[in-house]
Amino acid sequence: MKHINTLNTKLLQNTVAKGGCGECQTSCQSACKTSCTVANQACENK
Amino acid sequence: MIHKYRMNGLNIVLDVNSGAVHLVDDVVYDILDFYKEVPEEEIASKLADKYTAEAVKEGLEEIKELEQNKMLYSEDIFAEVIPKVENRNPVVKALCLHIAHDCNLKCKYCFAEEGEYHGKRELMSLEVGKKAIDFLIKSSGNRKNLEVDFFGGEPLMNFDVVKGIVEYARSVEKEAGKNFRFTITTNGILLNDDIMNYINENMHNVVLSIDGRKEVNDRMRPRAGGQGTYDTIVPKFQKLADSRNQTDYYVRGTFTRYNLDFSKDVLHLADLGFKQISVEPVVTDEKEPYSIREEDLPAIFDEYENLAMQILERRKNGQWFNFFHFMIDLTGGPCVVKRMVGCGSGTEYLAVTPTGDLYPCHQFVGMEQFKMGTVDTGVVKPEIRKSFEGCNVYTKPKCRECWARFYCSGGCVANSYNTHGDLITPYEIGCEMQRKRIECAIMIKACENNG
Repeated sequence: MKHINTLNTKLLQNTVAKGGCGECQTSCQSACKTSCTVANQACENK
Repeated sequence: MIHKYRMNGLNIVLDVNSGAVHLVDDVVYDILDFYKEVPEEEIASKLADKYTAEAVKEGLEEIKELEQNKMLYSEDIFAEVIPKVENRNPVVKALCLHIAHDCNLKCKYCFAEEGEYHGKRELMSLEVGKKAIDFLIKSSGNRKNLEVDFFGGEPLMNFDVVKGIVEYARSVEKEAGKNFRFTITTNGILLNDDIMNYINENMHNVVLSIDGRKEVNDRMRPRAGGQGTYDTIVPKFQKLADSRNQTDYYVRGTFTRYNLDFSKDVLHLADLGFKQISVEPVVTDEKEPYSIREEDLPAIFDEYENLAMQILERRKNGQWFNFFHFMIDLTGGPCVVKRMVGCGSGTEYLAVTPTGDLYPCHQFVGMEQFKMGTVDTGVVKPEIRKSFEGCNVYTKPKCRECWARFYCSGGCVANSYNTHGDLITPYEIGCEMQRKRIECAIMIKACENNG
């Protein structure tokens, strides 16, 4: 594409089927104790 | 739904439902102001003073191609995931153990009221700690990876019990088919070589509390007698971070209204040699003089942007460091279910007090109405658990309208409760800062991806 550069091609819609296993880290156990960030976490079910 | 913004000379467009992130040129950026708002044939004339009709046509074609590929204006299909979220019957997989409701510091912003959590000074016994481990194993179903955070107050004030709990958990994990990951959070005062060695051998992660510059840290984190702590803790933290090869730890600070120039604190920590840094806004009663107010937001936004630019600059010069709140994984990251439900407080994550009472998370400890049970009885108030289970970005009206919902997952429930008295109305000032952090994080990624 000439006008648009897409940075990521993995789409959230595609995580529905396999999602929700819950093996990933609990957000508050890392370094945030008051301002939850989730999008930085790793999936443990790849 | 899309969200677009300009930062550091980049035009960035986020597609909310797919999570796609696009860098676009000015033509496409401006077309998107009108796309879906006015008939397509009118867009070229609206932009005629800036772009040729041919350029607008090309831009429109690329927009449509992405739309067809479900990467722009993609539909919200996640309503169909809600039953999966609501029926997921989450198991407990993480405990925050309040090893000591006591502290050797007198931090002014402490939500735990200098360690006591609205109660009295208490230390957890080994017996209660072992029961907490048993409770976690029993309550975690088929979940293999279990997390235990040694928290306080100051957990090093009861370190023998920490060691006893780790030993006990290790002795039972194999047979139970579990893998424990331990974290400890400490203010550093009692750290010594033996404790550091122990932490390195046994703790998956360690969180070291320090706010940044000496004057900033010592103003808010004094000892009981008022003396500062910076000079005591910095050399210990440096030693510990180096001994962990600068990974699997964080120096973690809090910024307040007193240091709205907090980028200087983050950079100061980087200058001290720390590579894993987390500094986040104070959450407190708005009446406190150091609380973050709405009027502070413009300065805070500038400061986050300034920090993002400094991080890029330093990384370019080989001075890499990681800022926790700008971490974002655009190539994968968690599934949409995780992004809908967030931290898991009250369901997957519980806090245990020194006497073994269970609460939805460390922030709720001491609020009697949120006591869910004990390590002996397990959760005996399923209605509390149910109310936390019901929290997701689709049950929070403000989140449904927000472009950042799949990045922050609805924010901190305790913040909602403390500001609005309910679990589903987000803490707006926190949301504003979160959105800015996400914008900065994506800008950093975009710059780094583009070389």
